[in-house]
Amino acid sequence: MSPRYVIGKLGGSLATLLFVVVFNFFLFRIVATDPVANLFRGRNLTDAQRDELIHEFGLDGSTLHQFWAYVQQTASLNLGRSYSTNEPVMSEILDAAPATIWLVGVSAILSAVIGVAIGIVAGWRRRSKTDYAATTFTMTTYSMPDFWLGMLLLSLFAVSLGWFPVGGIEDPTSTATGPALWADQAYHMFLPALTLTLGYLGEYTLVMRSSLLDTMREDFLVLARAKGLRDVVVRNRHAVPNALLPVVTLAAINFGFVLSGAIAVEAIFSWPGLGLATYDAINGPDLPMLQGLFLVFSASVIVFNLFADLVYAWLDPRVRQA
Amino acid sequence: MSAETQPATAAPTLLSVRDLHVTYPTDAGPLEAVRGVDLELAAGETLGLAGESGCGKSSLATALLRLLPRGAKVTGEVLLEGENVLAMKPGRLRAVRWTGMAIVFQGALHSLNPVQRIGPQIGEAIELHAQGKRAKTSARVGELLELVGLPARRAQDYPHQLSGGQRQRVLIALALACDPKLLVADEPTTALDVMVQAQILRLLADLQERFGLATLFITHDLSTLAAACRRLAVMYAGRIVEEGPAHAVFDAPAHPYTRALAAAFPIIGDPAFRHNPSGLPGDPPDPRALPPGCPFHTRCPVVREECPHTAVELWPAGEGRRAACVEVRG
Amino acid sequence: MSAIAAPSAKRIAWLRRRRAAAAAWSDFRRDRAGMIGLVVLVLFVAMALAAPLIVPKGELRAINALDNPVWASPGEFAPMGTDSLGRSVWAQFVWGARISLLVGLAATVMAMLIGTVVGVAAGFYGRRVGGVLMRITEWFLVIPFLPLAIALAAVLGPSLTNIIFVIGVTSWPSTARLIRAQVLTLKERLYVDRSRALGASDAHLMSRHIMPNISGLILANTTLTVPIAILSETTLSFLGLGDPTSTSWGKMLEDSFQQGALTEQAWWYYVPPGLGVLLVVLAFTLVGHALEEILDPRLRNAPSR
Repeated sequence: MSPRYVIGKLGGSLATLLFVVVFNFFLFRIVATDPVANLFRGRNLTDAQRDELIHEFGLDGSTLHQFWAYVQQTASLNLGRSYSTNEPVMSEILDAAPATIWLVGVSAILSAVIGVAIGIVAGWRRRSKTDYAATTFTMTTYSMPDFWLGMLLLSLFAVSLGWFPVGGIEDPTSTATGPALWADQAYHMFLPALTLTLGYLGEYTLVMRSSLLDTMREDFLVLARAKGLRDVVVRNRHAVPNALLPVVTLAAINFGFVLSGAIAVEAIFSWPGLGLATYDAINGPDLPMLQGLFLVFSASVIVFNLFADLVYAWLDPRVRQA
Repeated sequence: MSAETQPATAAPTLLSVRDLHVTYPTDAGPLEAVRGVDLELAAGETLGLAGESGCGKSSLATALLRLLPRGAKVTGEVLLEGENVLAMKPGRLRAVRWTGMAIVFQGALHSLNPVQRIGPQIGEAIELHAQGKRAKTSARVGELLELVGLPARRAQDYPHQLSGGQRQRVLIALALACDPKLLVADEPTTALDVMVQAQILRLLADLQERFGLATLFITHDLSTLAAACRRLAVMYAGRIVEEGPAHAVFDAPAHPYTRALAAAFPIIGDPAFRHNPSGLPGDPPDPRALPPGCPFHTRCPVVREECPHTAVELWPAGEGRRAACVEVRG
Repeated sequence: MSAIAAPSAKRIAWLRRRRAAAAAWSDFRRDRAGMIGLVVLVLFVAMALAAPLIVPKGELRAINALDNPVWASPGEFAPMGTDSLGRSVWAQFVWGARISLLVGLAATVMAMLIGTVVGVAAGFYGRRVGGVLMRITEWFLVIPFLPLAIALAAVLGPSLTNIIFVIGVTSWPSTARLIRAQVLTLKERLYVDRSRALGASDAHLMSRHIMPNISGLILANTTLTVPIAILSETTLSFLGLGDPTSTSWGKMLEDSFQQGALTEQAWWYYVPPGLGVLLVVLAFTLVGHALEEILDPRLRNAPSR
């Protein structure tokens, strides 16, 4: 991979990030003619509070002045203060991030691995019973709202059967620490992770299957069989590596999006992560939180897209020499 | 050329194909691509097989080693040194593949695994059949590459880094990796331009002579076969319509279709030739809707009244020759 | 002159198009999954359209439900039970279908319009104009949909038109990219060059050569975009960003969650709307895939080697 390629991609990502910052500013400050009134509709503000908010928003300065102040603040990672808790947005986000990263990270990896495996088996034996069963199953899970699946699982396994906790990340009454605490957290994470995994794996299955079917049309597979290789070896050593390329890109890109895809699921399970923070911020409405969260979500997608590009280039020798 | 220097005495029969039928399942019903083909190939002999696209020649080639897609039905016998390939157990079949018979495919971009280097792709075949040690394998790979006129260091390259002609050479080297006795060359020069075609043909001829390989050479270009093979067969609509010694068939074709193929002069670089090598009007028949009687009669320049009503078969047409035409039957 | 006039070019073209449509329909009928999807869709659309005939709209209002039992199961209060305010779940389901489908379709129309215009322009004009348009498109693709939609909805305020706008404005990029790719390949085709050599204008090329050839793609893509729009509306409504004055399946899920249907084990409140979404989305996807197979010649059952 040439350094020029890497720097080119890095530059592109930075430019996109900059656009996001600009967009973020304009969205929240300019789209609404009177953001203060709009965002606090239905609430009674005293004049003093209004003036303070206007000042915090920087609405008493010129647009350019506001924008510049905003850029400076963002660059120094000052994302304002939450209206619900009055804590700095940045610290709220940092507090909530680990829970989401764990939940979403585990789900993303599991869904990718399981989804790809199902896709390989389904695609290799196209139109077999396994294929039909796998495709039907994944199409169904892929067509339902993920949080609805969460509601079903929650009501069945937690409320009705009582096998799992009804929400939260840990038992609020326990004083466990260390491994016991982690076990408790993992126990709480089971249902939400199951929900997300089932919701995501459909995409991997469908894409892997489709990619494998495309690869199966290629001549080099006939050649591989002609050499005398076993069917499984032809599949794993020749077909799958070629078919995996688009899936890897998909996975890398997905990882970025998945951070923000857990919003509704976290709400259902009261999982104290970025998703729940977003849900609460919407119901505020807590403008600085929403703005900060939007920036974080977008940044994660941009970073993972960059990662995806680099990984793809590293894997596909045809792109590497570009 | 090699055609003249081959021994005239009877060599042992290496490949014997008897009544081969190949049927594909399609959404619109079964499609019979090969409708009863008989072939014989002696050790060290070259047999050319000519025909337009869709006549079934590629299906025939892939059927010999049971490489057809799942669902395709093959009946008949394919005797390789007496053993019927179509009846072999999977283990035996995998052992015979590449060691008994190897195929040289068209050197298209995706005929080789795009994400694997050339070396391991050749080495895979060697190691699969000969339990060799790593060092020996790479030496052998180098040997094979040089045999086909490529420098040994090319083993480090990926397929997309090679030209079409170089890829074709790699495929030939690969085919020779396990010392097969029989090579099936399926359109090995079709995708190449004329100068490179000539080089590849020359290479194939040299290798045949050197290693005493029997070759089944499949193409749409009759003139190539006339020069490179000792015997010639022509396929139309899934059947052989003429066969015999190459020069005799080319210089004095007994079947009107062969006549058309032989008379067509390929224009250099003209892709139309590839798609219509016979220069005849109309298209090859749809295997699901063949004309009655002789399947060629709808395009035949010398068609007679009896042709749509006669079930043609290969009738004797001279010394060691046969043709499926009423003209021959007399 | 002869009594039978030769058919005009227009008539020939029309006949050919009709024959192609008939062939496509018979192809479609052979795709069983697609037909099942179509039947399901027709049923739901019929139900949505006939809503006023099935259930009077008044039943949706809590004030009319004061006499109803709260949290009644379907056995106690047919056919789908009641919620914590006594409102009929069945009424919400039937009327909710209207909004869910309406928003899905309207947002899709908007997304397709923008996406097609941008895609055709980007593919056709290439170089600078195309480059700029693609940059914008790619930027939208990078921004995660849900946070963007949330941000827009929070700022614009919850209303039906705003939701349609938000979903439409965030869904067009993938369509644009798809169409641009197709337009680029079409541009390469010989007949476009020849047309130009004959002096055809851009407008002529676009309307006569480009548009007819992407109409199939547009149709298939539209059918596959609607389910995404419906899922988006469901999620946004669930999060509280939908129109508070109307009901949709997503709103039902929000209400059921807020009212504590999970703890009450009032499954009849949250299972039907989710099931409705699932069936409609599946149906659209099946129909869309069937259309894709028919209309995109490359995807047609290519024989595997």
